[in-house]
Amino acid sequence: MKNNYDIVVVGGGPGGSMAALHSAKGGANVCLLEKTRDIGYPVRCGEAMGEWAIKQFFEPKQSWIAADIKRSRIVAPNGIPIDIPFNKEQAYVLNRRVFDYDLSLMASKEGADVFTKCYVKSIDRNDENGYDVHLDYLGEHKSIKTKLIIGADGIESRIGRWAGIKTQINMRDMESCIQYSVGNIEVDSNRIDMYVGDNWAPGGYLWVFPKGDGAANIGLGIGSKYNRKKSAKKYLDEFIENKYPEATIHTTMCGGVPCSKPMAHPICDNVMLVGDAAHFINPITGGGIAAAMKSGMFAGQVGSEAIIANDYSQNFLKKYISLCQKDFTKRHEKIYKVKETITKLTDDEMNQMALKINELPPHKITLGKVFTTAIMKKPSLIIDVMKMFAGF
Amino acid sequence: MINIKEYRCDFCTACVTVCPPDCIEVREASIKIDNDTCIDCNLCTYVCPIEVLSPDEE
Ligand SMILES: Cc1cc2nc3c(=O)[nH]c(=O)nc-3n(C[C@H](O)[C@H](O)[C@H](O)COP(=O)(O)OP(=O)(O)OC[C@H]3O[C@@H](n4cnc5c(N)ncnc54)[C@H](O)[C@@H]3O)c2cc1C
Ligand code: SF4
Ligand code: SF4
Repeated sequence: MKNNYDIVVVGGGPGGSMAALHSAKGGANVCLLEKTRDIGYPVRCGEAMGEWAIKQFFEPKQSWIAADIKRSRIVAPNGIPIDIPFNKEQAYVLNRRVFDYDLSLMASKEGADVFTKCYVKSIDRNDENGYDVHLDYLGEHKSIKTKLIIGADGIESRIGRWAGIKTQINMRDMESCIQYSVGNIEVDSNRIDMYVGDNWAPGGYLWVFPKGDGAANIGLGIGSKYNRKKSAKKYLDEFIENKYPEATIHTTMCGGVPCSKPMAHPICDNVMLVGDAAHFINPITGGGIAAAMKSGMFAGQVGSEAIIANDYSQNFLKKYISLCQKDFTKRHEKIYKVKETITKLTDDEMNQMALKINELPPHKITLGKVFTTAIMKKPSLIIDVMKMFAGF
Repeated sequence: MINIKEYRCDFCTACVTVCPPDCIEVREASIKIDNDTCIDCNLCTYVCPIEVLSPDEE
């Protein structure tokens, strides 16, 4: 580890690896710091991602894919399933353990230095128009000088806080999540299932994402305000007991998802935030892999340009914001509005929707149709919604 | 004061995200709350998906 880097990327998730990859590609001297021992593990994710979303970046490798998804099922509060085949869309349930690891390998191939077991504990402005980054690397204290920090530190987003950006999330937008990776169950390995309603997952949804060979990620996110009365774990245990009593649990994982509006200003002098750290997440589905990768890519590109221009001011970095806006933040803002409508639907309304939808001839049940029936008064909202579930 | 059942914790940092004074530190496999700066708002206890955190009733 050198004492000096043009760019320091904090966090080795998909956002961080893409940021490091594109910083290096742009000619910057960059390092990627990850606090855990392993890039790609633990996996805090349902691992679903749209095919188009991956293909914006790379041709998917077989080893990244646990299951090909060709249809989805939404289960109404009263148990009525709505089956929705994908038309042109296709999605995957990934092996993020392999996927995230490969992304970091790609970054190192471009020239990024990668370090694990490396916890960033504080940052300080120095008098050379940059930052000193203080860390514990394998238990030893060390400091690195840098011009630019890319905060890819996920939901905790403390890099941003330390730099003076408001990153704390309002409770009303927070989802408390838990997931079991289970084996020994019977599931359709080409279909993702989502359960909605207060009995399964109030203020969120429960997912069954197959991983092939009788394995699946079964998890849920509930609005954190509901978690206060009854924990996410209790909801999940009840579901497993009722629906999949034969399941064996091989991984227990917790997490939080910031289903808020995207951060309007995820930069300040010498700092850019990407991915979850900037609340770049689809506020309805909670899908964030694609936005983390995209924002990481943009931050790496703008960051390496800043190094060449020798200008790390907010004014220079704001190009990063407009790139994100054009690509996904505007869409996420719209989706946030839709979310506010959806969360007002009662269980009864959802059940009625399910009945109506199932009266349609099967070939007419499309993602769009489901939600046109859902929020009849505002059909425009809806089409987007289910596309999102398909596309993550 | 917040009680921590450390062996139950998954170090997911959901609690860190909502803590107003930024007094929770989660590393690879440890969680620490700085009691000097904690304002006892209990937000972290509401968010934790697996009931690690609880207010100290004393
Ligand atoms: C339960 C659950 C299910 C989900 N399901 C899906 C899904 O099906 N599809 C989808 O697209 N998205 C899903 N998401 C969201 C998705 O996981 C995230 O949006 C995505 O991982 C964000 O990537 P990132 O690079 O921004 O952050 P992360 O992947 O969270 O990476 C951040 C990294 O930074 C490291 N770090 C943090 N602080 C420090 C520090 N101080 N020093 C060094 N390293 C640090 C962390 O250890 C971590 O590895 C889900 C999330 C949860 C919680
Ligand atoms: S939210 Fe709960 S499980 Fe997650 S780090 Fe905090 S205390 Fe641990
Ligand atoms: S009680 Fe409030 S201030 Fe104290 S650790 Fe929890 S969230 Fe932070």
